[in-house]
Amino acid sequence: MTKRTIIPFGPQHPVLPEPIHLDLVLEDELVVEAIPSIGFIHRGLEKLVEKKDFIDFVYVAERICGICSFIHGLTYCIAVEEIMKIKVPERADYLRTIWSELSRMHSHLLWMGLMADSFGFESLFMHTWRMREKILDIIENTTGGRVIFASAKVGGVRRDIDSATLKSISKSLESYKNELKEITDIFIKDSSVQHRLVGVGVLKKGQAYELGAVGPTLRASGWSIDTRKLGYAAYKNIDFEPVVETSGDSYARCVVRIKELFQSIDIIRQLAGKIPDGPIEIKITGNPDGEFFARTEQPRGEVIYYAKANGTKFLQRLRVRTPTFANIPSLVKMLPGSSLADVPVLVLTIDPCISCTER
Amino acid sequence: MQFFVMAKTVLKSLFRKPATVKYPFGPKMLSEFARGSISIDISRCIFCGMCQRKCPTGAIVVTREEKTWNIARLKCITCGYCVEVCPKKCLQMSNQYTEPMLTKHEDLYKNA
Ligand code: SF4
Ligand code: SF4
Repeated sequence: MTKRTIIPFGPQHPVLPEPIHLDLVLEDELVVEAIPSIGFIHRGLEKLVEKKDFIDFVYVAERICGICSFIHGLTYCIAVEEIMKIKVPERADYLRTIWSELSRMHSHLLWMGLMADSFGFESLFMHTWRMREKILDIIENTTGGRVIFASAKVGGVRRDIDSATLKSISKSLESYKNELKEITDIFIKDSSVQHRLVGVGVLKKGQAYELGAVGPTLRASGWSIDTRKLGYAAYKNIDFEPVVETSGDSYARCVVRIKELFQSIDIIRQLAGKIPDGPIEIKITGNPDGEFFARTEQPRGEVIYYAKANGTKFLQRLRVRTPTFANIPSLVKMLPGSSLADVPVLVLTIDPCISCTER
Repeated sequence: MQFFVMAKTVLKSLFRKPATVKYPFGPKMLSEFARGSISIDISRCIFCGMCQRKCPTGAIVVTREEKTWNIARLKCITCGYCVEVCPKKCLQMSNQYTEPMLTKHEDLYKNA
């Protein structure tokens, strides 16, 4: 038997935007076991729910993650609205969906850039982020912020997008598609990219299900499961099918995200065509009393918010199960058998968001 | 499997102007809607304290007797809630960000 060595990976590592630690047990260059440890950036945001009233907590929920900020705020709002039996106006539902899809686009582009960076394709990384900037501009022009939208609120949304702007957004996204295709083609076709991704870190269909993977990680292993299909917000009125790939390797996970980018453009086009006129929020009175599990689809997968209220201004308990947390077991299963040089790529393929995981 | 897929993109960007803004030599591009900082028209403020009560971070302090309106810029998260609730509409979200500061000072406005 060859000698075993343990290599610590992280919490500070060039490919990691956020701290996670893995103890990699190696035999020569091959990983035989990976032991993760998390908890470096726990902030206790769930506990804060006892100190901030339920309306103000939207701002805290948005700050759980810097990438899916809007969807965190949205899921929290859905949970509270369901407890209070509030039906938000339809226009608000559509606007929420548009911003969710814009979040998905900028998150997937961010991930593609980081991925290119992790396998050493610097110029592709720059070009991907150049494309991402255009989405961020749309976000800034409609919400006022690039990272924190501050647009979701209990009972609706804070700001409206007028129909002329909506039309110009969906038109500019159509022309954006061609430019985007030029970049995504590199990911799909280029031999150096394929060399690093094809067949690396295979997650079999059965494994993905048993380990409770979510989002693109799950769909790349052949499962057609997408929480958007539950029809929250305006997804019930939109025609789309979850993107599914079957090979379960890093390349499949990359392709799923790329196809979802184009799917998001299509969803935004549909939304912009169908959005009804009307109010964007309703007034809320009283305090929530009861409990609810809200589930939505973030760029990284399904997020679950459990909220319990007791009729006062402050919620009693809030629990957030984020997608990265659900994907870490799959990551630990993917690593054994891969070489040390592939570890950064594999860690990134689940699109880890550690701030989310630790809240 | 293909080679040189990126060549087209690379060649194109050789002849394109940079995607980045040449700040400080070029103009800084701010969206008209950017949530930069809160500005107040103090002459219209009635010191009702509504903004102070609603601010999620406690950045605003209003005194009715002395007629002052005080904002801790570093606490403010530019959420815009105060702008929404102000009954006199004297608060505004400006797209200019506040300047960097060395001390945690607060901005005090007084209605003389
Ligand atoms: S809510 Fe408006 S009027 Fe009232 S104290 Fe604040 S700024 Fe002044
Ligand atoms: S923008 Fe938000 S955080 Fe800033 S002062 Fe107004 S209410 Fe407070």
